[in-house]
Amino acid sequence: MDFSVQDIVDFAPDLFKGAVVTVEITLISMIFALIIGLAVACIRTSTLTVLKPPAILFVDVLRGTPLILQIFYIYYVLPLAGFALDAFTAGVIALSLNYGAYLSEVFRSGIEGVAAGQREAAWSLGLPQRQIMSLIILPQAIRAVIPAAANYFIALFKDSALVSVIAITELLRAGQLLAASTYKVFEIYTLVALIYLGISYPASWFTAWLESYFRIGKPPKARKPKRAAKASGPVMEARP
Amino acid sequence: MNASSVDSAALTAATEVEPRKIVEIQNLSKWYGSYHALKAVDLTVRLGERIVICGPSGSGKSTLIRCINRLERFQEGSLIVDGVPVDDNARNIDTVRREVGMVFQAFNLFPHLTVLENCALAPRRVRGLSQATAEAMAMSFLERVRVHDQAGKYPMQLSGGQQQRVAIARALCMKPRLMLFDEPTSALDPEMVREVLDVMVDLATEGMTMICVTHEMGFARRVADRVVFMNEGRILEDADPTAFFESPTHERTKAFLSQVLSY
Repeated sequence: MDFSVQDIVDFAPDLFKGAVVTVEITLISMIFALIIGLAVACIRTSTLTVLKPPAILFVDVLRGTPLILQIFYIYYVLPLAGFALDAFTAGVIALSLNYGAYLSEVFRSGIEGVAAGQREAAWSLGLPQRQIMSLIILPQAIRAVIPAAANYFIALFKDSALVSVIAITELLRAGQLLAASTYKVFEIYTLVALIYLGISYPASWFTAWLESYFRIGKPPKARKPKRAAKASGPVMEARP
Repeated sequence: MNASSVDSAALTAATEVEPRKIVEIQNLSKWYGSYHALKAVDLTVRLGERIVICGPSGSGKSTLIRCINRLERFQEGSLIVDGVPVDDNARNIDTVRREVGMVFQAFNLFPHLTVLENCALAPRRVRGLSQATAEAMAMSFLERVRVHDQAGKYPMQLSGGQQQRVAIARALCMKPRLMLFDEPTSALDPEMVREVLDVMVDLATEGMTMICVTHEMGFARRVADRVVFMNEGRILEDADPTAFFESPTHERTKAFLSQVLSY
């Protein structure tokens, strides 16, 4: 139970490879989850009555079953129906669908949280429905849900360890394999934990920055110097 | 040259006699569930007219003007805006909304867009103007409501009075034929009411057709061609300001006026 520099040097290459896979799975799954979540939220807040029941069913099924079961299902059961997937793809699909379902609820709350007056003002200007959504509602809704979505992003990063059950050698499984051959469980799992922490902790700084960057109505100067310079013509003068 | 001036003289003479109807409301009824909000309302507004609608809260004034650009549906009767029936036809609704501007009690500016972007958005997206043209026009309207020096700011950085003037400019940028004002000064601090009313008076002087729901009786006296008094979903009074303030016909109107004017 004593760390030696040699251990770190020995384990680093495998753990590094595993960490790269973990980050890849997280980023790819997050992108798809955001797309799925946004699409489902738009359907659920729209007037597309035909698409609403399937969207609700999707969210209920994915929130109501364990993620690890969904991973098994996509990897082991779908091939029986002719959809054979490699482990990486299956893992990404499972994580994307699961987090897409959760994120759709986050986006939905954001969309429904935009003041009714915003829609009314946009209607009164004659803006078409699609542009009201893309130019007025979503920019405000997305800003409002950045903290919640960032939470899910970090949760997804940690849940990506679950795909180790279908033999994807991401960070956790890379550690498991090393532990199985060297029995240095303390050193290895401590290193694995430190790597997870080393990635997720700066990620939370990033989300804090993201949140402040997109804060609505912040003085443009503090937000985006270039744009403030463009917006303030010669007629601009500071309000006392 | 001569002929055309005669023509235009004849035209103005004709329109002075009978300007065209811009809003025709007939027998309009609206229910919220079982609550009867508007009861067989009739109202006609002609081009260039300034109408002030007043009445106690819950009398249906806001609901009525929100029906004009279909922010509210109604169940019975008919409503025609500049020849276009406001019905379930989405194209008609779009047409009417493009031609009718609205100013809200809570301003409803888009908080994620600058003042200039707020104003230029609809002309670009709905009228199809280029960004430069739309922004130049937005700037000219912002100048008219005297907030052009705030063009690069976000709505939250402005005072209430400034925000409401921006909202007026935003509506004007669509070059509407009719402006609806839904209690535009009710959410303002007292000292900001004046700057907004001044802009509205300017607009009225320039001949804009407007329907204003407001409790500003001084404004009504000064600019209204007709004052409409509503109570419990009905129009009780529809008269010129002098008649309305000096000799209202209904007891309810007298009671309302004594409440509003006594302070």
